[in-house]
Amino acid sequence: MWIYEKKLQYPVRVSKCDPRMAKYLIEQYGGADGELSAALRYLNQRYTIPSKVVGLLNDIGTEEFAHLEMIATMVYKLTKDATPEQLEAAGLGAHFVNHDSALFYNNAAGNPWTATYIQAKGDPLADLYEDIAAEEKARATYQWLIDYTDDVDIQDALKFLREREIVHSLRFKEAVEILKADREQKKVY
Amino acid sequence: MNDSQWRAWYPYVSPLDPCPPIRVKTYVVPPNQWIAFQPMNLPQFPLDEAIRRGTLWPALYSPYPSRHAAKGG
Repeated sequence: MWIYEKKLQYPVRVSKCDPRMAKYLIEQYGGADGELSAALRYLNQRYTIPSKVVGLLNDIGTEEFAHLEMIATMVYKLTKDATPEQLEAAGLGAHFVNHDSALFYNNAAGNPWTATYIQAKGDPLADLYEDIAAEEKARATYQWLIDYTDDVDIQDALKFLREREIVHSLRFKEAVEILKADREQKKVY
Repeated sequence: MNDSQWRAWYPYVSPLDPCPPIRVKTYVVPPNQWIAFQPMNLPQFPLDEAIRRGTLWPALYSPYPSRHAAKGG
């Protein structure tokens, strides 16, 4: 189970009225390398990963939900006061027709989130390498998002999230090393 | 068989589990995990053996015996 703290992991400020940015930020909400994919991927893989690294997947998977909330907050702030006309001008006309200004799990191109974005292969190394790749892809996505806005407050939150991807990637690589080295007991056939 | 490529771990077993427990789970750590950049001039298999194994180099070879239970006995 989880205990919820009613605050964000890192404060989210949005100081420029720019609904267009919401359309791009949604990539990290419901995209292949987004925070929903990350959270669900790790929290699902943890059941069948060797016990030594279960806790790591549990903790990082949980943190990804905290990141998801931050992205949601940015998207919400950018769209909540937009008229249908402004949403259409921001490229969100199709989104408005389907969802009004509700958030939805789709990527920047409007494709709905799908479980095919994530995998659980059951082989510990295959799963951890997928996780490492996912963190690097998410880091790159944050970089392109930072490139795409001149709102320094959004940039600030995105830079925090980008740094977390770097840390998580290293932790997963450490998990690989732990599982490679683990020769605690001779196997009995 | 190359036992040094296998790792074992021991999942938690609850007294309330519905099925008989599998106490040891195993996974393979193939040799590519230990080679950052392959050095020159590693020993090689004979060519007819290499073409069957899928690699020229014993240092890269990873056997994988089927877990499917052998029939008969």
